[in-house]
Amino acid sequence: MLRRTLRVIAGAPLPRGDMEMQMTSRFAIHAVLIMLAMLASAHAQQQTLAISEIAQGVFMHQGRIALMSSDNDGAIANIGVVIGDRAVAVIDTGGSVREGRQLLAAIRAHTDKPIRYVINTHGHPDHVFGNAAFVADGTEFVGHARLPQALTTRGQYYLDAFRRSMGDALIDEVRIVPPTLLVDGDLILDLGGRTLVVKAWPTAHSDSDVTVFDTATKTLFAGDLVFLHHIPVLDGSIQAWLKLLDDLAALPAERVVPGHGPVSGWPQALAGERRYLETLASGIRKDVVDGKPIAVATQHAAEAERGKWELFDDYNARNATAAYSQFEWE
Amino acid sequence: MPEFAIRSVCAAILLSAVLSPHSVSAAAPEPYDPWPGLVQDIFDSRPMDDGSNLIALEMPTRAEDAAIVPVTLRLKPTSDARSRVVTITLVIDQNPAPMAAKFKLGTDANVSEISTRVRINNYTNVHAVAETSDGRLHMVQTYVKASGGCSAPAAKNAEEAKGRLGQMRYREFAGSQNEEKSGTREAQVMIGHPNNSGLQMDQVTQLYIPALYVDRLQLWQDDSPVLSVEGGISISEDPNIRFTYVSNGAKTFRAEAKDTDGHQFRHEWKVNGSGM
Repeated sequence: MLRRTLRVIAGAPLPRGDMEMQMTSRFAIHAVLIMLAMLASAHAQQQTLAISEIAQGVFMHQGRIALMSSDNDGAIANIGVVIGDRAVAVIDTGGSVREGRQLLAAIRAHTDKPIRYVINTHGHPDHVFGNAAFVADGTEFVGHARLPQALTTRGQYYLDAFRRSMGDALIDEVRIVPPTLLVDGDLILDLGGRTLVVKAWPTAHSDSDVTVFDTATKTLFAGDLVFLHHIPVLDGSIQAWLKLLDDLAALPAERVVPGHGPVSGWPQALAGERRYLETLASGIRKDVVDGKPIAVATQHAAEAERGKWELFDDYNARNATAAYSQFEWE
Repeated sequence: MPEFAIRSVCAAILLSAVLSPHSVSAAAPEPYDPWPGLVQDIFDSRPMDDGSNLIALEMPTRAEDAAIVPVTLRLKPTSDARSRVVTITLVIDQNPAPMAAKFKLGTDANVSEISTRVRINNYTNVHAVAETSDGRLHMVQTYVKASGGCSAPAAKNAEEAKGRLGQMRYREFAGSQNEEKSGTREAQVMIGHPNNSGLQMDQVTQLYIPALYVDRLQLWQDDSPVLSVEGGISISEDPNIRFTYVSNGAKTFRAEAKDTDGHQFRHEWKVNGSGM
C-alpha cells in the first residue's frame, strides 16, 4: 500500500480500474490523507498481497498462523504462483475474495501472462474462498477428482459458519467455484518452458488433497499434507496420512511450500508433523483399546506436543476426536 | 410417542429448511429461539419440570469436530418408583433436524447412562427431556458452541464409510468389582453407516442428495429389551452408543437396526459370562 500510494503521488502509472486511486492522483494532499487513513485501518485495505520469489519464477505468500477472521481477511493459508514462458499457475486462492483480488494484483505486478490454471490443493475455506477473483475465460480450475463432492457437501455449511467470524462483507462475495479439470493420479500442466505435476492423493489430511510439483526448480507445493509451526489438522484419515508420509518424502523435491508455515527443506520438513501424528495416533489407539470413552480420551491427547505447535488448543482435541472414531474400527 | 409423529416433525423441519434459506443460514447472533416451537411440535406443548434432579446432560462447551460431538445422558439414582425414566428425547435446537434421538429404556434393564455422538451445525442449545412412568416430562439443557476451522458435519472419508455399511460391533467394558457383583454392565454397539443427512445440494443436478440414515436401533439381552433408539440425521456417521445397564444373567446380546432405505441389520453376540 505504501509503495503504491507513493507512486501515485509521484505520478507513476496507476493500476488499471482503480478508480479511487485515480481520483486521488489529482490531489496529492488527498492521497497522503487517504494513505494515513488506510495505514490506520491496517492491512485490510491493502491492494496487493505480499508475495516473494523463493525460486526462479516461483512465488509464495506465507499466510499468518491464525484462525480465519474479519481482521485477517481469512489470509491464513500459504499461496503459490508459478510463472512459465506462456502462462501462470496459481496454487490456492486464499480465504476471501478480497485476498484473491489482492493476490491477482500482486501477480499482475510481476507478469501480464494469462493465468491458465488455478489449482486448489483441497476444499477447505482458507484455500478456496478466493477462487471467485480468478474466474475468467481460459482459466481452468484444477482439483482432486473428489473435490466437487467435498465442495457440494461442505460449501454451503462453510459459507454459513464463517459468516460469524469473517462478517457479511467478506462472505457475501464468496462463491463456491468447483474444479473444471479433475485430477485422478498425475496430471501434467505445461506453462511453457516448465511443467507442473499435479498429484492426487488418497484420503489423508482431507479426502481431496493434491500436491503440485514444479519440475524446473524442484519446488513442492504440499497443500495441507504438510504443516509447519501450525498444528496439523485432521479432516481425513490419520492412519492413511501417516502411511502416505513415506510416499510424500520420496518426492524428489528440494524445498516445500507447506499449506501453513514457512518454506522449508525437503524432506526434513516432515519430521515435526510425523512426530505429532504418531504421538496422537499411539495415545488414542491405546485409549480405544483400554475402553476410555471418547470424551475423556480427547481431553489429554498428545499432551507432549503442546508447546511445540501454534493453535494447539484450537485443533488438538478435534484431531483426537476424529482419530478416536477411526481407531475404533481397526 | 408414535414413531410417525416424530418422523412428521423431522420431515416438516427438513421441508422448512429446504424452503426457507434463512432457517439453515448461520447468520451471526441468533435472535430467534426455536425451543418454544419445538416444545409444541415434538412434545405437544406438554408442561415440563426441571429435570436436573433426575438426569444430567453432558457435552463439551465447544464442538471440537462438528461431525462427532460426544453426548452423555446420566440418570441420577432415585428411590421413587413413579419417577422411573421411560424415554429420553435429545433435541439440538439449531440443527436442520433438531430431533436428534429418542431413547426408550428397557423396563427391566435399569439403564443408568447413555452416550452417543451427534453433529452440531451451529451455536445451539441442546435439550434432554425425560418422560417418567407417571407421564410427566423433565427437562435439562446445555449450550454448545459450534466448531471453528474447516471442521464440517460431513463425511471425512465417504468411501470408507460406505465400505463399512452394515457392519456391527459389540463391546463390553471391564467394570469395578462392585459393578460386576451387582450385575452392572457397560457396553457399546457400533453400526457402520454413513448416516447421510441429505441436506447437501448436488451442484450439477441442483437436487438434494437423498438422506440415508439409521432410524431405528433396538438392543436386547436375550429377549428382554435394554434400549431402543429412534434416530435422525443429527446422529453422527457410524452410529455409536455406549450404555450402562444391569444384566439379567442373559447369555446373549442382540442388536437390530434399520435404515431409511429399508436395510435391516441384525447381530447377536455371546455375553462375557464373568461374575454371572
